[in-house]
Amino acid sequence: MTFITRGFRGRREADVPEGRVPPGQYVTSDFPVLSAGPTPRIPIEQWRLTISDPLRSERSWNWTEFTGLPAETVTVDIHCVTKWSKLDTIWEGVSLDTLLDDVTDRANRHVLFHSYGGYTTNLPIEDVTGGKAWIAYSYDGRPLDPEHGGPARLLVPHLYFWKSAKWVNGMTLSDSDRPGFWESYGYHNYGDPWREQRYQGD
Amino acid sequence: MAGAALPGRLNWLIAKASQTIDETDRVRTIVLDAPGWPGHLPGQHIDIRLTAEDGYQAQRSYSISAPADGEQVVITVELVDNGEISPFLIEDLRIGDQIEIRGPIGGYFVWDPSRGGPLQLIGGGSGVAPLMAMLRERVRTGSDVPVRYLSSARSFNDLIYRLELESISAETEEVEVLHTLTRIQPQNWTGLTGRVNRTVLAKHVWPAFTRPLCYVCGPTGFVETVASTLVALGHQPGRIKTERFGPTN
Repeated sequence: MTFITRGFRGRREADVPEGRVPPGQYVTSDFPVLSAGPTPRIPIEQWRLTISDPLRSERSWNWTEFTGLPAETVTVDIHCVTKWSKLDTIWEGVSLDTLLDDVTDRANRHVLFHSYGGYTTNLPIEDVTGGKAWIAYSYDGRPLDPEHGGPARLLVPHLYFWKSAKWVNGMTLSDSDRPGFWESYGYHNYGDPWREQRYQGD
Repeated sequence: MAGAALPGRLNWLIAKASQTIDETDRVRTIVLDAPGWPGHLPGQHIDIRLTAEDGYQAQRSYSISAPADGEQVVITVELVDNGEISPFLIEDLRIGDQIEIRGPIGGYFVWDPSRGGPLQLIGGGSGVAPLMAMLRERVRTGSDVPVRYLSSARSFNDLIYRLELESISAETEEVEVLHTLTRIQPQNWTGLTGRVNRTVLAKHVWPAFTRPLCYVCGPTGFVETVASTLVALGHQPGRIKTERFGPTN
């Protein structure tokens, strides 16, 4: 890179260990909110999570059933495509491995997640299984705020955070990949922050 | 939430600052000449990348504040205390300096006259930047879409684009401009005072039965309040588009 902007020095973040933050990101201590529309407010008693799989009958959980499933607490770094990263965030939720417990699920290679409010995002099945993704309902020891995706959101920390759909209410397994909401507006289909896959073609 | 056409790859372009306008003590508009710029829709944003002499780089996103005009890209930047990029852009960048940009980015928070109206624009602080691109496009095209523009600022001196907005509302039929000043008001102030709340939205925003397209942009708390209140007032969530910024620096 030979291009230099005259006079720019930048603020180096000395306390961030090398290799901890993907290229083009900066560390923030607060938790910015980015959503395309109003925050949906979903009463717990109306909440449901549904899995549609062409190879088997539909499964769904209400809030009591869902929060009765075995939960995990994870501490992860998250990376937003708008350039902020937040380190050591603590979440509690249900692993997708627990929800996708049957081998027939894995025969379909793609998952489209759906949310209250109409948001969608697409992921390969191998990126949401094997201990890499959760449906989280608690952040930093407290119930997840609606602004941050409560009652429950997807958490896929190894990809840019738009993949971690807020207000998630279902997923559809399929043998074909279908772009979700931001993926249809020019954002990258996969979104690996370490390869800086922000936009289509990156 | 229907999809849009997929654009091609977004390459970094070298853009040169051709003009700067101090909008307020803390807000500066920068006009960039960007050879190769493909054009954009009102409401879209760009990524900026700055590179220091030793190769250190930093990136941020900024809304474009004017409609497409050849290879010109206009942004309006607010100073963030202890920020990394905004102090450079506001205090150090000179005409003729070069930065890297790429875009346009985002295809949901956009408006052009083909989307119709009535159009309701609600901005907090420098959140008015993408809304101004929409309003300027409405004026530029001579569209007949009726517009209401509501902005919230701390004080009279913090109002961004005030003079241009005055002349737009004076000269353009069916464009209404209203400001609220939340902290300090001049003695002869005839606009609104205090924060945008349910009373303000019920009285001054297009009523829900007219089915306006609402664009809300500003700090997170502002957008959360405004968008939730619009829903409570009967506006369809699918016709309320939001863009939020935390203290991005």
